Amino acid sequence: MIRFLLDGQVMKIEAGAQETALHLIRERLGRKGTKEGCGEGDCGACTVLLGEIVGSTVQWRAVNSCILFAPMLDGKALVTVESLGAPDRLCAVQGEMVARHGSQCGFCTPGFIMSLEGRARGGLGTVGRPVADVLSGNLCRCTGYGPILDSAAACPPAPRDDGDVLAGLTGLPRGEGENWHAPRSADELAALLMAYPEARIVAGATDVGLWVTKQLRDLGRVIFIGDVADLRGIGENEAGVTLGAAVRYSESWDVLARLHPDLGELMRRIAGTPVRNAGTIGGNIANGSPIGDMPPALIALGATLTLRRGDMRREMALEDYFLAYGKQDRREGEFVESVFIPRPASDAVIAIIKLSKRFDSDISAVLGAFHLSIEDGMIARARIAFGGMAATPKRAHATEEALIGKAWEEATIEAAIPALSRDYQPLSDVRGSSAYRLAVAGNLLRRLWLAQSGEAVSVLEVGHG
Amino acid sequence: MAEVHTPHAHDSARLHVTGAAAYIDDLPAPAGLLHLAFGLCARAHARVLAMDLSAVRAAPGVVGVYTAADIPGDNNVGPLRHDEPLLASDEVHFAGQPLFLVAAQSYDSARRAARLAKVDYEDLPAHLTVAQALAAGDHIEPTQRMARGDADAALAASPRRLSGRLEIGGQEHFYLEGQIAQAMPMEDGQTHVWSSTQHPSEVQHLVAHLLGRPSADVTVEARRLGGGFGGKETQATAPAAACALVAMKTGRPARLRYDRDDDMVLTGKRHDFVIRYDVGFDDEGVLIGLKLDLASRCGISMDLSPSINDRAMFHADNAYWLPAVEILSHRLRTNTVSNTAFRGFGGPQGMIAIERIMDDVAAAVGRDPLDVRRANLYAPGRDITPYGMRVADNVAPRIMDELAVSCDYAARRAAVADFNASHRVLKKGIALTPVKFGISFTAQHLNQAGALVLVYADGSIQLNHGGIEMGQGLYTKVAQVVADVFALPLSRIRITATRTDKVPNTSATAASSGSDLNGMAAYYAAMEIRGRMAAWLAAQNGVTAQDVRFTREGVVAGDTTMPFSALARMAYMARVPLWASGFYATPDIHYDRAAHHGRPFYYFAYGAACSEVVIDTLTGEHKVLRTDILHDAGRSLNPAIDLGQVEGGFIQGMGWLTTEELVFHPDGRLLSHAPSTYKIPTAGDRPAHMDIRLWDRGENVEPTIHRSKAVGEPPFMLAISVFSALSEAVMAAAPGVGLPALDAPATPERVLKAIAELKAR
Repeated sequence: MIRFLLDGQVMKIEAGAQETALHLIRERLGRKGTKEGCGEGDCGACTVLLGEIVGSTVQWRAVNSCILFAPMLDGKALVTVESLGAPDRLCAVQGEMVARHGSQCGFCTPGFIMSLEGRARGGLGTVGRPVADVLSGNLCRCTGYGPILDSAAACPPAPRDDGDVLAGLTGLPRGEGENWHAPRSADELAALLMAYPEARIVAGATDVGLWVTKQLRDLGRVIFIGDVADLRGIGENEAGVTLGAAVRYSESWDVLARLHPDLGELMRRIAGTPVRNAGTIGGNIANGSPIGDMPPALIALGATLTLRRGDMRREMALEDYFLAYGKQDRREGEFVESVFIPRPASDAVIAIIKLSKRFDSDISAVLGAFHLSIEDGMIARARIAFGGMAATPKRAHATEEALIGKAWEEATIEAAIPALSRDYQPLSDVRGSSAYRLAVAGNLLRRLWLAQSGEAVSVLEVGHG
Repeated sequence: MAEVHTPHAHDSARLHVTGAAAYIDDLPAPAGLLHLAFGLCARAHARVLAMDLSAVRAAPGVVGVYTAADIPGDNNVGPLRHDEPLLASDEVHFAGQPLFLVAAQSYDSARRAARLAKVDYEDLPAHLTVAQALAAGDHIEPTQRMARGDADAALAASPRRLSGRLEIGGQEHFYLEGQIAQAMPMEDGQTHVWSSTQHPSEVQHLVAHLLGRPSADVTVEARRLGGGFGGKETQATAPAAACALVAMKTGRPARLRYDRDDDMVLTGKRHDFVIRYDVGFDDEGVLIGLKLDLASRCGISMDLSPSINDRAMFHADNAYWLPAVEILSHRLRTNTVSNTAFRGFGGPQGMIAIERIMDDVAAAVGRDPLDVRRANLYAPGRDITPYGMRVADNVAPRIMDELAVSCDYAARRAAVADFNASHRVLKKGIALTPVKFGISFTAQHLNQAGALVLVYADGSIQLNHGGIEMGQGLYTKVAQVVADVFALPLSRIRITATRTDKVPNTSATAASSGSDLNGMAAYYAAMEIRGRMAAWLAAQNGVTAQDVRFTREGVVAGDTTMPFSALARMAYMARVPLWASGFYATPDIHYDRAAHHGRPFYYFAYGAACSEVVIDTLTGEHKVLRTDILHDAGRSLNPAIDLGQVEGGFIQGMGWLTTEELVFHPDGRLLSHAPSTYKIPTAGDRPAHMDIRLWDRGENVEPTIHRSKAVGEPPFMLAISVFSALSEAVMAAAPGVGLPALDAPATPERVLKAIAELKAR
């Protein structure tokens, strides 16, 4: 039984571990305004808002209901497009979208409305962000987006009274199900994993969701860790940043941007708002995808991972966690507890560059992360890691060696580039050919040099004439 | 406010934004509803040795499993030629072709069961690409030739000459609502089908043939589509036919919704082209002779490929006079999904060929490409197309001139050169390109439409016609036309779903023709009713029918004014028929396809766009920085809706030429079959500066409905300005060696490859 708040009513519904929230909304609540466009969190037609108590207020976040599991609604407030208005009683964003001709075929429209409403409520991942970034998880094939962007501009974030929601959410009893668990503390999680070492850990479900919707896999027993309070902590001090494994991308955005602006820009480019509002960096690491964007960036920065099994903890360098394709150094009953990212020296040369066919919400063809320490004009230390170049996120040891101890100059870079082909033999796939990946990896090193020598290198920083 | 030429909101806008607009998957599930899924083959070309469906039949929730042997009538969903089975049997011809059909209690159980078949294949030779099909000599129809003068002699006599090659990738429609249909068995062998289709009459006819029933036994209905773009013109038939088959077999309603991956794998896409050209010109870049070779990948069946490739030939002139020209068009059959209609319908591929030639010639003679374009435009005495039609409404020069001034082209081109001189990594490009697009179906018989207008005794009005609402605002525009006839507010018109039992034998809503055809048919229907009402009222009041005026204040006859609703009541009581059908057939068009000569188009729609881009020469990344558009929608029926078509078309075209890449595995499987791997533009890809205007002097020279112009497809090709600008930017990475051999889509990888090729020259 899960309980969630829907338009002021507490809904009590039996839910299996891998029923999607979208299925529950459409087929069991009968709310057909929320659409399925892709079933993988890329198009945003299924966007809904979730509200939960954070501190003494309600935090709203837009999420993709197609890859959210129903138990993840437990204890939350759910807002669908039907919650906001009706044809004769439009809410502000709905009114603006009508007035500005923001819908054509209308199929993506409810998802856009929800993302715009999330922004109007000051929802997670929206505050201070350009509208196009807030909407990067919503695809429209008809309008060309102009009227939608204009509608957003006409509906600036405004304070609201969430007293009713706060009251409704307060004291909701915790849900439970036959084949799933939703622990609230790390101790409870540790105990559950000792009892059920085969259980599938799900944080934001932005990857595991697709195992169900696309691969039709049965997950078996699931442990949802999204509400584990002590995995949701963010620590920031002089030494660096510690992120609990259940901290969502959007929640870590600001603190990572303070660590280095390239990490902030990377966060902007990873997925779209609804995915960033659900997915976690812990999950991105733990599932060991070779195309995860965070691991190479964090490896270059020297991140360490803390794993926990029962009461035992161990730490390791992040790069040591990835053993081979699909194989990580995580033991039975063990879970990723946190990741620590040391604060880089202020004079370090750092660049984190994501290459993809489309700037927003696209999986990288190549992600290059560079972290050099220059002392007296010489490269004293180098940590370079790439994603998309090997079966795992991997350091470029040969290239690093070719750089270390050499003068920090263009000739050194040119001399080091051939070493990349010793570090990597990338594959050709839908995102790029092997030759492109290798060529562009070398060019990223050149770009690193040119950028620090004052040359403009990013098309994203240029205006029109 | 007048009802036409005004920016009314889309008729469903309030429903869209509240989630109250119902698409087929949102219809309440009728009792006993079965959910269907196709079982897809995994091979590009193979003989089916054995198909074991026992695990499929035994899967939880499965009610029935159907193969080709279960089809009572024609096992065909091909629109022109009988060459596309709903379910393959002995042989499969592309990876993803449906082999069997599962009916189950739930959507989920149908999808799960469909993956459980065990099929033994014997692989057969497959050709997947244009080059392979050319080598094998496998064409869906003979190579077509359109020519004027002696192109060879003109080339030989030209002072300058160059040749080139351009590959243009295909494009997935990516309508947000995937293909879907639902069928309900009715009494006495009849079937009612809800289909997300642009062509309900074709669905009706093919479903009837498949069931072995007359067309009159099948009714097809469509209220709205969640996007179409051509992708639901022929491709909607298969799911509808599957539902009708199961409904007939089981006596239960059936619904089939493709999941996104199935949709992308088993529906056709825009044709990819390989283009070769040999062009002769003078030192000013004025074309003298051209030989153009267009080869397209049609996929496994004919579908609409003949007309699509014809349209590529029709647009290989774009807005330019080609004094001596030969266009050859090869239509290749490949073991890939059958390519189909997509906004522009071959036109974009033909048009980008000549625009590439303009860029290539400009680079060769060292002139501004805009000057070369202007020097080649149609003009008095140089105004006959290669297919023999006079360009009587040539406004391209004026639109280009106005845009060049308003977007400050000359100064910005100089600024781009300055930028490139001072930047090592980043390079900019700018280009201004025209669009001239022919309006009419080139198959003459399709240029007809019917409408039905019903005035009820209380004065309320229902409107129905053969056009399909897929987001383009057709229903709104046609309703505006009808409201205008009666001088009633738009809100008085109840728009009703398109149904084959109201207006028969309709044409697809395609070729940008929806408003031209259906708007005029509805106009005639409404005028007929208005005429009867006026005649009756005139007789009552002792005035002439011409003295009866329908105004916003009411119907005026002599000294009396009465509300429209009162007149409707009185006319009903007096036994005046208050409903009428209207019919329209486009006049003056004719075409001899054997000779490729005639007047296939009623008129042309025009526009021009200027785009400025920047590329990163180290990564190939690029960004469109600014786009200015001036587009001719004639006297626009609804400027807001038309602007939406212009912007949406441009962005969709930009996606085709930049980020949208279809990637096939060497074994023929489509690898880019979901939005995670196939990237249509996002909000962030929209140029930061975008200025879109309808040309305020636009007016159709032909008597179309209120002198408006079709606007659905033409703006798509405004995005060619982006591709030309990218070519300019790449050229700046290694100046002086000519135009780069940039292919489309210009992904970062292709841009980097073009730079490398240029530097190696």
